[in-house]
Amino acid sequence: MKIHEYQARGILSEYGVPIPRFEVVDDPGDARRVAEEIGRMVVVKAQVHVGGRGKAGGVKLAKTPDEAEKHATAILGMDIKGLTVERVMVADAVDIESEYYVGIVVDRATKRPVYMVSAAGGVDIEEVAATTPERIHKHPVDPDKGLSTAEAQELAAKLDTRPHVVRDIAVVVEKLYDAFTGSDASLAEINPLVVTPDEQVWAIDAKINIDDNALFRHPDIEAMRDPSGETDDLRRAREMGLSYVKLEGDVGCIVNGAGLAMTTMDVIKYYGGEPANFLDIGGSSSPEKMQTAIDIITSDPNVKSILINIFGGITRCDDVARGLVAALKERSVGLPLVVRLTGTNAEEAGQILAEHEMKSAETMDEAVEKVVELARRQA
Amino acid sequence: MSIFLDEATRVCVQGITGRDGSFHTRAMVEYGTNVVAGVTPGKGGQEMDGIPVFNTVREAVDATNANATIIFVPAKFAAGAAMEAVESGAKLVVVVSEGVPTLDVAKIYKRAKELGVRMIGPNCPGIISPGKSKLGIMPGSIHSQGGIGVVSRSGTLTYEVVDSLGRAGMGQSSVIGIGGDPIIGTNFIDALEAFEKDHETEAVVLIGEIGGTDEEQAAEFIKAKMTKPVVSFIAGRTAPPGKRMGHAGAIIAGGKGTAQEKMDALAAAGVPVADRPSEIPGLLKTALGR
Repeated sequence: MKIHEYQARGILSEYGVPIPRFEVVDDPGDARRVAEEIGRMVVVKAQVHVGGRGKAGGVKLAKTPDEAEKHATAILGMDIKGLTVERVMVADAVDIESEYYVGIVVDRATKRPVYMVSAAGGVDIEEVAATTPERIHKHPVDPDKGLSTAEAQELAAKLDTRPHVVRDIAVVVEKLYDAFTGSDASLAEINPLVVTPDEQVWAIDAKINIDDNALFRHPDIEAMRDPSGETDDLRRAREMGLSYVKLEGDVGCIVNGAGLAMTTMDVIKYYGGEPANFLDIGGSSSPEKMQTAIDIITSDPNVKSILINIFGGITRCDDVARGLVAALKERSVGLPLVVRLTGTNAEEAGQILAEHEMKSAETMDEAVEKVVELARRQA
Repeated sequence: MSIFLDEATRVCVQGITGRDGSFHTRAMVEYGTNVVAGVTPGKGGQEMDGIPVFNTVREAVDATNANATIIFVPAKFAAGAAMEAVESGAKLVVVVSEGVPTLDVAKIYKRAKELGVRMIGPNCPGIISPGKSKLGIMPGSIHSQGGIGVVSRSGTLTYEVVDSLGRAGMGQSSVIGIGGDPIIGTNFIDALEAFEKDHETEAVVLIGEIGGTDEEQAAEFIKAKMTKPVVSFIAGRTAPPGKRMGHAGAIIAGGKGTAQEKMDALAAAGVPVADRPSEIPGLLKTALGR
């Protein structure tokens, strides 16, 4: 789960990372008040879940409270990549002498959290990784022991040479790791971590992504979820435990398992169709899941035909068939439907389908060819 | 032969009295798996279908000599159950449960390495050695014994591929679903290495998907170390960048982890890549010179 910059700042601040004074406001008058209280140059930043806020005009420096109010008026309500800005952060714009990058990600290859630091801070780190990878220092962390003070100091020494600055950076490096593990993050980064001309160290921009699997033990973070930008369909899918991604095509598909769902999309394309979505109904199935899935797909006006492709393992085909029958009983789908149910309890499912004059296709190829043809005929 | 699992494996089921645990225990027993014990904390002393239930995995291992365990407990308790399993003395731990916190998995993986325990998963369908034993949730009936090893990041897509193999009369030595989470106990290279050594395995099918660079690393390993033919399929060539496709690991981020990169890496290692799962048997026959 993504959280906003101001929320990430809040978490880092709790763990003792030095963060310049800031406040989040949804009114230009409040932006002026905060700027007055800070009493020096501030930065006004849009709080939306997209990258490239600066390029879109969502980040502005203000020398005076007047300017802060003016920028807040312009940014609030602004549309950035389809998302409306509802809140801005007004923060002390500290003077910058050096900019560094410090971040931690979960690394698939070493199966550990990996610390990354770079003296090339303040720019897109993926850009640095692509062009000058030697400027990024990586350090896998033992998940049991955590990050030692000595390790933190070694990492800090890659960034600066002034002893007391290195010491202050090392403190941030250690506290960022505490925040990373303490909030069950999958990514935590400070970019930039700045040193001011009077040699103070501040975390300016913070980004934290939370491991969805661990949200159950962080109700305070779960409460930070910002539903703006989440469409009705996405919210319903999430609440029912379905993974749904809307795409641009016209062949709807409901599949169990992420790999098979992607493959179904690929095979639809192979047979000349365009998938309308990715939808994985997940493991243990219930009739309600199938009903919700059908509701979500049919509410997409582009969809011209629907494929239900289930290979039962932990999902039982008879559950799926019952859900399908219940969904169809409630109201007509009004679109051609192709069903392919095979695997665990496929026989029972076949009987349920037969009672309702439906029949499962034999193979995925057969089912996909048919559903693509049906979409074409509707066009 | 087969890899990691055979008829001698003595299985303990964690979460044996739950809805999924009991259902799949029955399916495993029906398939011929030697299920010797179950664990549900608080239900020690009871039985499920004549299988003794214990409070802890250690008790189950001590009493029944179980050497493998499979975990069906809900996400919130799965990390604890997996750590208990790794430290119980069992040498093979299959974590079917999904939704296990990643930093917990990192710790469990480390402990498993220290103790020489093979962990498969989490968030995986498990492993089957057809005709011998099944330690997982895959439908047993679609499998048949033979010379093809299958390793996959996906669950149901693996069944799809096995179904295609079966239709072409190609049996399998072992089929292993390694899971779709960011940190997993057994990766492609671990399975490829085992298949390369296994006398029953003649060729291997590697089923990958978008996200990460595991397929690229597997391609390097294949080029350097594998003498047996490998064919492949990569899911997600139509997936848009920046959207997570179900699995936590299945995302094209920062322009990395695309299907095309993976297909190119595999092709460069001499691995034919199928456009559809149903093409895999044909590619295998060509690779085996049949």
